[in-house]
Amino acid sequence: MDLLSNLATGFGIALSPYTLMLAVFGCFIGTIIGALPGLGPSNGVAILIPLTFSLGLDATSALVLMTAVYYGAMYGGRISSILLNIPGDEPALMTTLDGYPMAKAGRAGDALIISGFASFTGAFLSTVGLMLLAPLLARIAFQFGPAEYFALYILAFATLGGIASNNQAKAAIASCIGLGIAMIGVDNNSGMPRLTFGNMHLFDGIDFLVAIVGLFAITEVFSFIESHGKNTSIGIKLDKLKVPWRDIWNTRWVQLRGSLVGFIAGILPGAGASLGSFLAYMSEKSIAGEKGGFGTGVAKGVAAPEAGNNAAAGGALVPMLTLGVPGSGTTAVLLALLMTLNITPGPTLFTDRPEVVWGLIASLLIANFVLLAMNVPMVKVFVRVLSVPAWVLLPGVTMISFVGIYSLSGSYFDLLLMVAFGVLGWVLRKLDVPTVPIILGILLGGHMEDSLRRAMVLSDGDWTYLFSSKIAIGLWAVAIAGFVAPLFLRKFLKKPQAVSD
Amino acid sequence: MVSDRIFGAVVAVVALAYIASANQIQTSFLADPVGPKMFPMMIGAGAFIAGIFVILRPDGDPDWPVLSTIGALLIAVVVLVAYAYALKPFGFILPTAMASAILSYQIFPKIGQAVLVGAGLSIGLFMLFKFALGLGLVAFPSALFG
Repeated sequence: MDLLSNLATGFGIALSPYTLMLAVFGCFIGTIIGALPGLGPSNGVAILIPLTFSLGLDATSALVLMTAVYYGAMYGGRISSILLNIPGDEPALMTTLDGYPMAKAGRAGDALIISGFASFTGAFLSTVGLMLLAPLLARIAFQFGPAEYFALYILAFATLGGIASNNQAKAAIASCIGLGIAMIGVDNNSGMPRLTFGNMHLFDGIDFLVAIVGLFAITEVFSFIESHGKNTSIGIKLDKLKVPWRDIWNTRWVQLRGSLVGFIAGILPGAGASLGSFLAYMSEKSIAGEKGGFGTGVAKGVAAPEAGNNAAAGGALVPMLTLGVPGSGTTAVLLALLMTLNITPGPTLFTDRPEVVWGLIASLLIANFVLLAMNVPMVKVFVRVLSVPAWVLLPGVTMISFVGIYSLSGSYFDLLLMVAFGVLGWVLRKLDVPTVPIILGILLGGHMEDSLRRAMVLSDGDWTYLFSSKIAIGLWAVAIAGFVAPLFLRKFLKKPQAVSD
Repeated sequence: MVSDRIFGAVVAVVALAYIASANQIQTSFLADPVGPKMFPMMIGAGAFIAGIFVILRPDGDPDWPVLSTIGALLIAVVVLVAYAYALKPFGFILPTAMASAILSYQIFPKIGQAVLVGAGLSIGLFMLFKFALGLGLVAFPSALFG
């Protein structure tokens, strides 16, 4: 019983008072971040990474803290979706479709509690799934050579471009921007500076944290200035709070199905939580049919996307931990965290540093129960957070971002780069170019080039080596299918638009 | 349409410039079969092709903000750049108060409120970072307080 003994190790770490405290603290901060309109799991976690790094926590503690924030933000996102009709980030969009109509009909409390339970189901089941599946995948991943890794990176970019964005060419451009930025700095193999244009600041390359905070947090500030805070609509009051047991019981199958769909979507590299909540909602909508009343404010319409969203959050950790390939924007941010902590994700992580993996999994299980306890009886506390006005929140986010990046290197150059990334992110967002591939490119560019070059060293420059194993061919096939297939499917699968007042 | 065409053209030109500068990368005697030039040039080629695609098949135009909003955004950028330069020589409190007050004013134009936000954020965040998180921030310029 490997699993049980591993879990015992994990709980041994996670149940220490210090780690437990970090997990509870992380859940609390995370829920607040998720609930704040305009802050979601990805930008929330992004601005906290530099600070965590400066605090000098050890790897396991930092990881526990930040994944608790991550799960917490996934839970918290539903609060602003339901009460304000503002999704904290993309995956929460589906929750607004039925959550906001429910809130308008005076059932805001019910919607919050049902979605809280559905989040718990999704997150709990997917953590169990992660526990069972990750070690198996790690064992397969041991057979990966450089050729297979190169194909896997191609797969991640292809699915991210194909499934998670509206325009393949634009997603490809975004990936190339990220990869191109990753090339800047001294080349590991030859020791020669590349594309630095003689600028000393660029010799170490561009820190991915600078890019992430710029693209996620600073871009958000510009978007808010553009809209003059118009999006901060007046929220819906929440008065009575009763647990709607009947609705929770009636949506049990919806929650289970949503969790399964979400988990599978989360595992796909590049697909992530947006796809998870989308598929969960759409499949339940078609199961319920016309009479189901999806979109008018029904309990199932809140339970399905939240279960899917949170299950995908757990599912996305599977490829991230076992292969080092993140499945979504937020897991890309978590990968950035691991790399900052000098932990290389991949199959060796499970054998070399089991305490990190199993400590993490155990803390996720604990964090789930903590989050359920926080989000059902204490939901009113977090609802208060919504009344923080944008003109306090956004300057605050900016200043925290600046201090975080400044504390990393103490150089004004990184701050300027961060602002530049913020401007770039705003322009790209206007042009409907996704920014997540840029992050992924910066994070994975070095590894991707490395695997290509090692593959070519092994084969002595024979390019057919890239397609020489069954695994590699399979990965290439899925990559091409994932990039091309959505071109044809887009006609049938159209994203529903947000409800308007 | 027009926005995407311009964007695609910019991407294509930058991609060509990127390929050209990648071609200048010095190779060392420790060469592997691929070398340090190949992968950057592949990226440039990929971006070039994708840029041409965007020129040929552009999406509809986004809603660009009106001129006054663009002005507000430019002011925000200038403030942030100035803040980046000011943080080291002028300490944390003064630049932070000014930058956050201006940003706050831009989101919701009320002067009194903005000044309060600036003062509150700079002092509050300084306390948080310095004493709760133990970061080594300097409150005021050293020239003032020796």
